[in-house]
Amino acid sequence: MHVLNNESAKDPSRWVAPANGNAIPQIALAARSGAPSIDHLDALEAQSIYILREAFARLKKLALLWSLGKDSNVMIWLARKAFLGRVPFPALHVDTGKKFPEMYAFRDRYGKEWELDLRVEPCPPIETIDPTLPPAARSAARKTEGLKLALAKFGFDGLIAGIRRDEEATRAKERVFSPRGTEGGWDVRDQPPEFWDQFNASPPPGAHLRIHPILHWTEADIWAYTKRENIPIIPLYLAKDGKRYRSLGDADITFPVASAAANIEEILAELEATKVPERSGRALDHETEDAFERLRVAGYL
Amino acid sequence: MKMILPASISATPNGTTRPQVRIVIVGHVDHGKSTLVGRLLHETKSLPEGKLEMLKSVSARRGMPFEWSFLLDALQTERDQGITIDTTQIRFRTGSRDIVLIDAPGHAEFLRNMITGASQADGAVLIIDALEGVRDQTRRHGYLLHLLGVKQVAVVVNKMDRVDFSADRFNEISDEISAHLTDLGMTPTAVIPISARDGDGVAERTPRTRWYQGPTVVEALDALEPARPLEELALRLPVQAIYKFDDRRIVAGRIESGHLAAGDEIVIMPAGKIAKIKTVESWPLTPVQGKQGAGRSVGITLDRELFVERGDVISHTGASPRDTRRLRARIFWLHDKPLANGEQILVRLGTRESRATVVRIEKAVDPGELSSIENESIAKNHVGEIDISLAQPIAADPYSDNPRTGRLVIEVAGRIAGGGLVLSVDAGQRAVPIDIVPVESALRPDERSARYRHNGAVVWLTGLPGSGKSTLARALERRLFGNGGSPILLDGDTLRAGLNGDLGFSAADRTENIRRLAEVATHLARNGHIAIVAAVSPSREDRAAARRIADAAFREVYVATPAEVCESRDPKGHYAKARAGALQAFTGIGNDYQPPASSELTIDTSARSVSDAADEIERMLAKTGILFDELVDLAANI
Repeated sequence: MHVLNNESAKDPSRWVAPANGNAIPQIALAARSGAPSIDHLDALEAQSIYILREAFARLKKLALLWSLGKDSNVMIWLARKAFLGRVPFPALHVDTGKKFPEMYAFRDRYGKEWELDLRVEPCPPIETIDPTLPPAARSAARKTEGLKLALAKFGFDGLIAGIRRDEEATRAKERVFSPRGTEGGWDVRDQPPEFWDQFNASPPPGAHLRIHPILHWTEADIWAYTKRENIPIIPLYLAKDGKRYRSLGDADITFPVASAAANIEEILAELEATKVPERSGRALDHETEDAFERLRVAGYL
Repeated sequence: MKMILPASISATPNGTTRPQVRIVIVGHVDHGKSTLVGRLLHETKSLPEGKLEMLKSVSARRGMPFEWSFLLDALQTERDQGITIDTTQIRFRTGSRDIVLIDAPGHAEFLRNMITGASQADGAVLIIDALEGVRDQTRRHGYLLHLLGVKQVAVVVNKMDRVDFSADRFNEISDEISAHLTDLGMTPTAVIPISARDGDGVAERTPRTRWYQGPTVVEALDALEPARPLEELALRLPVQAIYKFDDRRIVAGRIESGHLAAGDEIVIMPAGKIAKIKTVESWPLTPVQGKQGAGRSVGITLDRELFVERGDVISHTGASPRDTRRLRARIFWLHDKPLANGEQILVRLGTRESRATVVRIEKAVDPGELSSIENESIAKNHVGEIDISLAQPIAADPYSDNPRTGRLVIEVAGRIAGGGLVLSVDAGQRAVPIDIVPVESALRPDERSARYRHNGAVVWLTGLPGSGKSTLARALERRLFGNGGSPILLDGDTLRAGLNGDLGFSAADRTENIRRLAEVATHLARNGHIAIVAAVSPSREDRAAARRIADAAFREVYVATPAEVCESRDPKGHYAKARAGALQAFTGIGNDYQPPASSELTIDTSARSVSDAADEIERMLAKTGILFDELVDLAANI
């Protein structure tokens, strides 16, 4: 199970009625049992640590993909918990060169402060990328190519990536340990079974695995955990002049959303109410029906 | 707006204040799973703004009538084929909780995805088409839910509009599926008549089902009960890894059941070693105090240096899992090639992996048909009971005692091929794969012993490096050969140059080294030879394993020369190298040699001559029925 011991997240004493009643009738909550010792965030954290430790135990040459965003920062935090302070494998930043200045400042500061073995790898120029892709997707595909070059250079057999099932449709179909072909491609039609926290960790020679330790987290989980653990964030996520970024990518294809949330608490309150998808500000997701899936099948995150 | 729907919707994120429940929707292909999910999202007001309108325009553009299932079929390939290929997760809210809906494919082709989805679920909704009734995939999914340990199942009879909301038809299906589930030990929490397309019975009762008094689908989802808390079971901490990033030696793993705290006395299985938990380590603050319960990923330190490795299971003393090389399991099979009797497989149980052989298959059946039972192999998407013989002992529990350490998966060619529940654990049985039929020697044992004047034996010399094992072994070999016997020397280092050339000096490799020595020696002994094994063999447990292999032929001789004498001899220069730090994992300088408690003979070579010592071994062999010669003959050899 991906969230282990889900029962323990059900603390009857903490159950609350929905904010403003929708049409659903309330069922009596009698006879719920068990006083759990771990809460929802604890359970998420423990599951992620378990996945990270499995990856470290079963693969030979791991790297963690650090995109500098809120999700991969949580992931690094979890890796430091899993390995008692220091991440025992490199953090790889595949750099399009087009990130926001605030993101580079963050990288330079926390790469040192967190004692990361940071590897920054460049992406090839746009001219080398499939011209049939829509413009934003084509721009984002540079990252896929940069990733392939980095893989060839270092020979990693496992890449840890901070994607989540709730972000986007195709990511919802991911496995925790997800095999990639020798070209880095994802065969969504032939994914191996994965259950009971037993993972397929034997990539064929030349291929690699993507490992997704926070696949089971939601956007709100990420923020609630960031707040609880006091994990530093890039200020672009907080509202300024009525706008904030919900998701960070390349500066030229990422747009802010209307928001007044100036701190994490306000972000959480905003998420409770919103019906706008998280990646709505990411142009590459929306160009055509299948643009994002095509990117992912080719090896995008 | 051109964007297509995300299949999982983040609009209703799960905060930290509401319980999250995972529910899988299963059933035969085309019985309406995706439609039900689409309808549920709509009824619970979980759809993002504009989504419904957009869906309708997508349908119109494709020249198709509006379908709720488009919501899920976000992948291009799926829309084209009209089936859900993979597990998709969707979130919405009911009155009291956040629900994660796992939509699992009904198509038989994609059973592996259904299992991947269902294994994550707290409860299940089994959907049945009112017109078609219970079909093979309905039964199969019911069976798999049972195997996966999903005990709470709500049954939904869909497309009631197609049977004019007939109560008779509903009751017929309800009786059939209830009987099937009851046979499997499951009781449906509800059987609900609905029309997912029109909305009857999903969130509200409508006049068309006036004869029905039970809950709606949303109410049924809201009423699922939590399972028995794992914290109430005995402690099971499967070891994921040992970390030595600094001067701490941290045993890392997740508590699958029970709880632990610093100071607890624990036992490490399957070896049975006992220690106390010194600290529970963490980051950024360490150590942590108090009880750590099931579900936590922890790192602990022990009060003594013990050999612990990935795959071991830590439990409290007096409540440990059993160690076994033999398991019986009820499994489902997902691999294209059927699982056949005698097949070599890889078993994963907790964090342990072990090579294994399937030694028996019974009750193999297609759970969709539940007929034509066979006992030779288990085909793809079928289930069956198997006996597994493991290459190494593992710690396991029956599923009925502990659902977490009582389940396993089977890997073939590096890919998960099946999984199942441990039905029983047979402790201490030596595995003999039944498909292996050794060719017997042309000679009878008594023909050989008549010539050699001795029975076969394994004389196992254990002791520190430099204790005199090899010298003694060579003297004994010369002595026995001189008497017309057939001794064969198996020196640990000699075998490492060839047969065991693939092994290093990790504890696991040392164990395997000893196992192979014991197997070769036992083969020689069965054929009438006296195998003289000279090997440090520091682990008591490894030597016990060797004794189990050689059984009655085993004679252990402890060469108990004091450590300082061994080091002063240092015939191979190992002590000097180890002192200089050039030799890792060298037994002798550390205190990792575990002396035998009850060897057949103990000899201190610092206090006697080699021939004197060889005499004593001969006397022991004669006394214990290996040598036929009278003791008096020994004098002639001095």
